[in-house]
Amino acid sequence: MKAKRFLTASVVPLMFLVLSLVAIPVSGMSARYIFSEVSARMARNCFFVLSLIIPIMAGMGINFGMVLGAMAGQIGLVFATSWELEGVKGILASAVVGTPIAILLGAFGGQVLNRARGREMITSMMLGLFVSGIYQFFLLYVCGTIIPFNEESGVLLSRGYGIRNSLMLPMAKGIDNILTVAIGGVKLPIATFLVTLCLCLLTYWFRNTKMGQEIRSVGQDADISEIAGIDVSKRRVQSIIISTVLACYGQILYLQNIGTLNTYNGADQAALFAAAALLVGGATVSKAGVVNGIFGTGLFHLLFVLMPIAGKNLTGNAVVGEYLRMFTSYGVVSVSLVVHAWKRQKDREMDRELLKRKIQDPAKDE
Amino acid sequence: MEPILTLENIGKQFEGNYVLKDICLELAPGEVVGLVGENGAGKSTLVKILFGMPEIFHSGGYEGSIHYNGKPVSFSSPLEAIEAGIGMVHQEFSLIPGFNASENILLNREITNNTIISKILGPKLATINQKAMDERSNASLGALGIDIDSRSVISELPVGYMQFVEIAREITRDTVKVLVFDEPTAVLTEIEAELFLEAVRKISAAGTAILFISHRLQEIMSVSDRIVVLRDGRLVADKPASELDLGRIAELMIGRPMGADKASARTGTEKAVVLKVDNLWVDMPGEFVYDVGFEVRQGEIFGIAGLAGHGKLGIANGIAGLFKAGGDVELRGTPLKLNDPMGAMKMGIAYVSEDRKGVGLVLEESIDLNIGFNAMQIQGKFLKKILNGLFSFRDEAAMSQAAGYYIKELDIKCSSGKQLVGHLSGGNQQKVCLAKAFVLEPELLFVNEPTRGIDIGAKKTVLDALRNFSETNGTSIVITSSELEELRSICDRIAVIFEGKVAGILDGGASAVEFAMLMSGL
Amino acid sequence: MKVRIQTIIILVFIALLFVIGSFVGVNPAMSANDVVMRFVMNGILVLSMVPMVESGCGLNFGVPVGIIAGILGALISLEMELGGIGGLFAAIAMGIGFAVVLGLGYGLLLNKVKGDEMLIATYVGYSLVYLMNVFWIVLPFRNPSSVQGYGGSGLRSTISIDKYWQNALNNVFSISIGKYITIPVGTLVFFGLLCFAVWAFFKTKLGTAMSAVGANPDFARAGGINVDMIRVISVVMSTVLAAIGIIIYQQCFGFIQTFSAPLAFSFSSVSALLLGGASLNKASIKNVILGTFLFQAVLTMTPTVINSAIEIDASEVIRIIVTNGMIVFALTRKTKEAK
Repeated sequence: MKAKRFLTASVVPLMFLVLSLVAIPVSGMSARYIFSEVSARMARNCFFVLSLIIPIMAGMGINFGMVLGAMAGQIGLVFATSWELEGVKGILASAVVGTPIAILLGAFGGQVLNRARGREMITSMMLGLFVSGIYQFFLLYVCGTIIPFNEESGVLLSRGYGIRNSLMLPMAKGIDNILTVAIGGVKLPIATFLVTLCLCLLTYWFRNTKMGQEIRSVGQDADISEIAGIDVSKRRVQSIIISTVLACYGQILYLQNIGTLNTYNGADQAALFAAAALLVGGATVSKAGVVNGIFGTGLFHLLFVLMPIAGKNLTGNAVVGEYLRMFTSYGVVSVSLVVHAWKRQKDREMDRELLKRKIQDPAKDE
Repeated sequence: MEPILTLENIGKQFEGNYVLKDICLELAPGEVVGLVGENGAGKSTLVKILFGMPEIFHSGGYEGSIHYNGKPVSFSSPLEAIEAGIGMVHQEFSLIPGFNASENILLNREITNNTIISKILGPKLATINQKAMDERSNASLGALGIDIDSRSVISELPVGYMQFVEIAREITRDTVKVLVFDEPTAVLTEIEAELFLEAVRKISAAGTAILFISHRLQEIMSVSDRIVVLRDGRLVADKPASELDLGRIAELMIGRPMGADKASARTGTEKAVVLKVDNLWVDMPGEFVYDVGFEVRQGEIFGIAGLAGHGKLGIANGIAGLFKAGGDVELRGTPLKLNDPMGAMKMGIAYVSEDRKGVGLVLEESIDLNIGFNAMQIQGKFLKKILNGLFSFRDEAAMSQAAGYYIKELDIKCSSGKQLVGHLSGGNQQKVCLAKAFVLEPELLFVNEPTRGIDIGAKKTVLDALRNFSETNGTSIVITSSELEELRSICDRIAVIFEGKVAGILDGGASAVEFAMLMSGL
Repeated sequence: MKVRIQTIIILVFIALLFVIGSFVGVNPAMSANDVVMRFVMNGILVLSMVPMVESGCGLNFGVPVGIIAGILGALISLEMELGGIGGLFAAIAMGIGFAVVLGLGYGLLLNKVKGDEMLIATYVGYSLVYLMNVFWIVLPFRNPSSVQGYGGSGLRSTISIDKYWQNALNNVFSISIGKYITIPVGTLVFFGLLCFAVWAFFKTKLGTAMSAVGANPDFARAGGINVDMIRVISVVMSTVLAAIGIIIYQQCFGFIQTFSAPLAFSFSSVSALLLGGASLNKASIKNVILGTFLFQAVLTMTPTVINSAIEIDASEVIRIIVTNGMIVFALTRKTKEAK
């Protein structure tokens, strides 16, 4: 029975591993190229993916509403860019602007999700889409009209208000450049990795605090936690706030590596890719750890790199690979969700079977 | 010794009916008091008052006063009671399955280490000291005389052991002075129950006062210093255990001396057998049926009695096809295919569920549709053909007419058949459930808990309706109920279910004490 | 007939838009024509939600599944070079065929994930759309209207049906009122017939069973209903209606949109139904008609009026906020399935 449970949990990573092993020779890429691509992507994506872990601990599933945090981070970057701040200074300024926005949005999101218990994931997804409308409204019509902007900085559209569709970030590589080491000709942004490592340690530490313990118990069984005197609603809101703030930093870290900000459609698919990466790492919507996040990001982006080329080599058409890539991302999330929902039904049956056997014949279990 | 907990003249009424009146009870440190009574005698209401359950306040509070530790108290939530030092262990586990034993024992009371961060940002960020928690938990588990590793995850423990973890959690509270056990052994095996009683004795020897509620009278006898008997909301006895025996307790619970007190059955043995059940098992959560056999005759009203959790409710649910079942069931000699609700109904079996709102009704639909639905789906009634029979539509008029008949017959209080069932009172909802079964014109009718949670007037209407229906149509009816008196007043024969098996089948006229003995497994 | 206060507020809002609009130079007749046109274009897609909502499968965020079936039907009709009403109905017939097959698979899948239907439906819809994107490139379509010209391979992303069956149904008995208003009577009647068919279906034995499954599955099961089968039937019905809906949409629009276009319809159709007063587990024909009208009127009028008044084109932002806000609102309303 144990083996069966293990298999249902790891069916997604296994599928991905097999797919990658097939795709590597098909793509014909060199090991060095794959390594450099994957390591670069891991540096910029891991942090963002890890911000999903705490809401899962709280039993709220995948926080697709993390895009709220990503938007907060982007607003921070827009302001810091308009102030023409470079390097670490620009990064810090973005974080300072982004944090209060992320906290507010997180608190709002948490409250909304508390009203939608049992369907948090779909609600958080719709919430992300809804807030993205407000985000666009803010940047297109409020910035430069109600909120004054430095016109020289070039962040505004030529019409005099509204933020431009694409911004070159003056603080690009602000973190990366603190420390970069080349290994075998591949440049590794060690500083960015260190920031991510800090988050891993922080997450691990947080799990073992009183608050972390309370959040975990809320995630396991909200009713029992309530009886034990834990403020369930508050812990749930807090876990969403933490996730949103981390997503805000994650997005800043990601964009400083990329160097340009796609103002209006940068955040849309962020949650999808992050969720897919975490699930590929063997996490489920009810159980996720730091290891799932890191392993998953690596594996997911490995396939992300291989897919377009492999697709092109197979069909002779570059676009096919691109679509295959999107299909696998969505497919991964679908399959994980289906496997998880199905497994939950099966587990319930299995638990009952087990309970029955224990009551009928307790000696067997000793 | 000074009592730690004193209840004075506790009373509770629901809509003018007293369910508890003038209860006086004292509990001294180190004392075990057994609390017994039939279903509905008021035991659970008493516990709810003690723990300040919200439902008590929502229904108008209680009368009398409670003194705890020398001071008058009135808890407004279970949390307050627990914090004051009154603990509770009941049959449903309130443990977190994915946590280990010590995490559960010290849930929300974790032992933490202060760090620099927690000093700045508050105690919520102090780190957990698992080692200290283990030591603490092991001490409590050790005191109970049970060998459980404090790191073992609850979901991997045998069921019986979970109960010990719950007790360990209660006694680990420094403040705990009173413990209430509500049917704690219902899920335990005999050996586990023995170990468990031993643990209870140890806790009481350490000075904790214990209120022990159980249906297993032998257990009560063996563990209690004093025994308190409730009947119909009144306290009828409060005596040292040494002055009582099993027979005397059963008598006190039922309120009559031993001996027959009812006319004999009206159906003779000459009538044909309608239903024959052999080796039936039903997998209904909380009401497992292991091996049941009985026969029901033409026109007979057959009762099924038993305590909660022993499987009496599972029987009808299994035969009607709602839960997985196996065994041999024959209707008039024809074998019935189990696990097939449609098939059972097509053969002439109707079923009224104990779960009125969950299974019996669609609350947001009209009385008409609720009554007519099964007859339409199973028997094709209430359909009218249109376009020369190309399609058939619901015949609202016919449905309304049929519903109107039952609204009058069963005295369903409503504005019209169009009213939504969700807006009716419990009693009237139950009548709709009956009408839904009657309209199928069944040969055999199963009714589970026909009077649960409905007022006295409606109770009488429901029971009379069942009797009339049986007499007029010659229908055999199998009634399952937790209220023994009700069964004795209407049934020809009554099967008593104990631990998923038939403990005995008695005449409706058999003495209450005989029933009590069978129910307790004696 | 009971009218909800929200409905009145929205109606007043729309009336206000017409009034303000006439002051800032919006032609009310042209706007009215726009609203009518969009109403008939989107109505069937909104209608397609009803069977799944009624059977308890929730709001059909997986509407792209049906849309893809419809697109396949339309493309094959084009391959066969069929024009006019015949071409349209050939597309619909083939679309229904594909929808039945896809709907069966989709329904069986949703039975495995009871309680999580909406989220999974969303992702299944997305997955299928991107998988089909590969096929739109690989499948051997030949009609020059459909495939890309020089240097490209695969389908165009918008395919003109100008030469085949654009407005084929609209033009049947179409009535012109004044200079600007044309009422596409043929399509309107067709939509009306489908509404009537769905309404009639819920009067039958099977339809009654379907509503019961949605309202209380345990009640239905105790009544001998095969709950899983009823749910699959409802999913197939919804998928078929969505396939018909998209073909009618294309007929009005004049183009078949391929690639990522099907995704655009999930949230707007769901939102329209909710605006009409439906909840997560109850929807009626009244909700469909009212909701489609209100939704399209608000989305057509608001940006037009704002644009004319202060010269800001905020239509996209308004669409996003209204559509998704409505859904978030509905999801946070208390229902009995929420814990």
